[in-house]
Amino acid sequence: MSLFINISLNGITNGMIFASLALALVLIFRATRIVNFAQGAMGMMTTFIASSLLSQGVGYWWAFLAVLTIGFVFGALVERVLIRPLRGKSELNPVIVTIGLLIVLEGLAGAIYGNASRGFPAAFSQSGLSVGHTKIAFSQFDVFIFGAVLVLMTATLVLFRATTLGLRMRASAFAGEISRLLGVRVGLFLTLGWALAGVAGSLAGLLVAPTSSFGPYYMDLILVYAFTAAVIGGLESPVGALLGGLITGLCISYVGGYLGPGLQPLGALALLMVALMTRPEGIFARPTARRV
Amino acid sequence: MTLPVTQELSMEKENESWLRRLRLPNQPLARHLIFAFCGAGILFLVTSLLSPFNDYEVGEIALYVVALAGLSLLTGVNGQISLGHGAFMAVGAYTVALLMTHTQLNFLVELVLSIGAAAFLGLLIGIPATRLKGPYLAGMTLLLALALPPIADKWSTTFGGDQGLSTTVPTGPGTINPEEWLAWIQIIGALITLVLLANLLRSRFGRSFRAVRDDEIAASLAGIHVARTKVLAFVISAGCAGLAGAFLGLSTGVVNTGEFPLTLSIQLLAAMVLGGTGSLMGMWWGAVLLVYLPQWSTSLSTHFSLGSGASAYLATIIFGVVLIVVMIAAPTGVQGGFRWMWQHIASLLAGQHATSSSASELSDDAVQSLPTK
Amino acid sequence: MLEVKDLSLSYGPVNALSSVTFSAQPGAITAILGANGAGKTTLLRAITGLVRPRSGMVRFAGEELLGRAVENIARRGVAHIPEGRGVIAELTVEDNLRLATLWCMGRRERQGAVEATFELFPRLSRFRRSHASTLSGGERQMLVIGRALISRPKLLLLDEPSLGLAPLLTAQLMALLRDLTVGTDLTVVLVEQNARSALSVSQNAVVLNLGQVVASDSAAVIAADSGLRHHYLGF
Repeated sequence: MSLFINISLNGITNGMIFASLALALVLIFRATRIVNFAQGAMGMMTTFIASSLLSQGVGYWWAFLAVLTIGFVFGALVERVLIRPLRGKSELNPVIVTIGLLIVLEGLAGAIYGNASRGFPAAFSQSGLSVGHTKIAFSQFDVFIFGAVLVLMTATLVLFRATTLGLRMRASAFAGEISRLLGVRVGLFLTLGWALAGVAGSLAGLLVAPTSSFGPYYMDLILVYAFTAAVIGGLESPVGALLGGLITGLCISYVGGYLGPGLQPLGALALLMVALMTRPEGIFARPTARRV
Repeated sequence: MTLPVTQELSMEKENESWLRRLRLPNQPLARHLIFAFCGAGILFLVTSLLSPFNDYEVGEIALYVVALAGLSLLTGVNGQISLGHGAFMAVGAYTVALLMTHTQLNFLVELVLSIGAAAFLGLLIGIPATRLKGPYLAGMTLLLALALPPIADKWSTTFGGDQGLSTTVPTGPGTINPEEWLAWIQIIGALITLVLLANLLRSRFGRSFRAVRDDEIAASLAGIHVARTKVLAFVISAGCAGLAGAFLGLSTGVVNTGEFPLTLSIQLLAAMVLGGTGSLMGMWWGAVLLVYLPQWSTSLSTHFSLGSGASAYLATIIFGVVLIVVMIAAPTGVQGGFRWMWQHIASLLAGQHATSSSASELSDDAVQSLPTK
Repeated sequence: MLEVKDLSLSYGPVNALSSVTFSAQPGAITAILGANGAGKTTLLRAITGLVRPRSGMVRFAGEELLGRAVENIARRGVAHIPEGRGVIAELTVEDNLRLATLWCMGRRERQGAVEATFELFPRLSRFRRSHASTLSGGERQMLVIGRALISRPKLLLLDEPSLGLAPLLTAQLMALLRDLTVGTDLTVVLVEQNARSALSVSQNAVVLNLGQVVASDSAAVIAADSGLRHHYLGF
């Protein structure tokens, strides 16, 4: 029984991390109809930068903030330089470009930082907290993960629902041409969407790094898990990203706990296929008329 | 003294038909076979002149052509993107290795079974794939590429674990080098694949593939069974990758999961895009890139005195840059570029000859940029 | 005043507009008429920057509009109600209105402008918090007109506003347009297939056919020319 609880707790915590990366995917898909397959690698890159900063003696929280800012700028840059030129042409070409970016970033990280697995420090203790007399698989760091992702989600929802900035971003995503006719600088807000996604991706990278084999490829699996989460929740819904993340996290955790960690990606694949076969538009889909 | 009109006309006719006979026959199969035999002749000549290591490389190029041709069919002609072709190659490689380790089957039978195993996986993936559009399909195949290799690690006793399983190339006739013999096998495999695919693309299947790519709804209104067409494309494409994987396993002598990382699938995509999505002959360019880029990047990194670890990563970076640049600047790839140049030259020479199709390669398809969905 | 001179535009090999020249006066409605495919929609899209013409000149209030970004043209007081109305279905009615004011008004002023719009269209205020997708055709029309007017434009371009509207609503719409221009300096350009109702409220009219101007005169003259009417306008 306690194994079940611990596996579940593990799943929920991982799920929160998937949710934050899924949120990045959702933000970009909503704004520009593209799945940014490089989002995980972008988070990896900014985390490597954090690692460099830390090894040079910069305080953890300064490095944390710096890297989130770098993620913001990085996201905006990628949209401006790589994605904007492809606007209007095939919907699939920008996706391929993000795949190219994925391996470029992994290659760069490997070339600059080398292949040796390095550790990444956690901001808080990673040993399990105690409930009563038993230790559970939930540490201070896990609390931090929870808190950070919830703050991110809440901030995103508040931004979109309650601010004029969010209104412009939503309008730019839903109806770009009309919004331009109403004086909205749509291009700017699409870039902003990518920039915010960059922040979410950087956060995910920082949260994963302490618990994994920190190397150029460490975000690959996280990305596909986040993609699964985003699909389950509906690629256009931030709340869906959270829910999808939790579902995916739990599912992966059970597969890993009861069947073995090597089968986790396969479990995710099965989950993704089930989701795509039964409800491809996700749990929180916007009803749209089918264009014939 | 002028000839009577009828005699003049019949002489003209004779000259004309002699000229016309100079062109290749009109039936696609005959044309493709002629090209294949010429190609085979050239390649056999080349391999007998080259060193064994270079033979090995030529064979590698040939095997990648097989994989790329299948991918080009799936993505360029049928419009389904796959980021997981490394997984199909892995299935082919492991199948041939398992068969060689545990059975005494005939070599050709083993190859056919490898193709079949990969094609079967293609069926399993292709069926749900019919319901998926662009990015969703990309994501699912990406997950496939990551999900399959760990299975071999989990059941390491069967699959050989880190060390992997070994393969043996059957001995060739006479005193031929084993590398040369393997290269011949791979070249023959590539040429057969190209001929079969080229004919397929010229047939009504090819037309169905293209129709489904361009507009699924219109295609189904025209009586094409869309789902079956898409699954067929997947199965064929996976089978090609399986054969390529089996060949790769023979080339390296050992099959283990380290041979099939995610980057392989992405490099296949990059190579296909460079060669020209939708083209068949363009895949030779992509295959050359796949085989030689690691070497070129090694010499580049020694030239610039980068670390020893950097050269492997440099190759990855270059593949990614190639993919990005081609997508932005020249989505029709090398083959598309050639076609563009050829059309320019042809229109400059317009009026002298009708632009004959005899100079076209095995693939007559218009080279496509990636589909819009 | 809006001046369009020698505007030419092609979609590939197809000439959508050939040397179109006309002008529209403030305080008046200028109708752009013609059959389907005549180029009327393309003309409006060229004026507001959604498509780039090959050559020509578009000037409004002395300023050149060609080559500017769409949102910058809009910020110069040009409001375009596109074909199909362009309601943003995923936003609420109120948000649709607020969106149009974000570039020019602060919170207080915006509040006032939104309330004024609901006074102009009382029917809409019932739906202010509902998603715009729940509105009927006539209500959507009110919404997009309100949205276009809320930023107090100097040039209003409407693309087939009567499409899909019941005749009664069309008449009300035309009356509203007339009221908007009487005694003001608002320039209205009205693209319509329903030439009859358009001519009943316009001062001037331009008739297009296959991308070319075939007639440009006062509305009364155009309406009286029965040959023109039969040939190009269908009545």
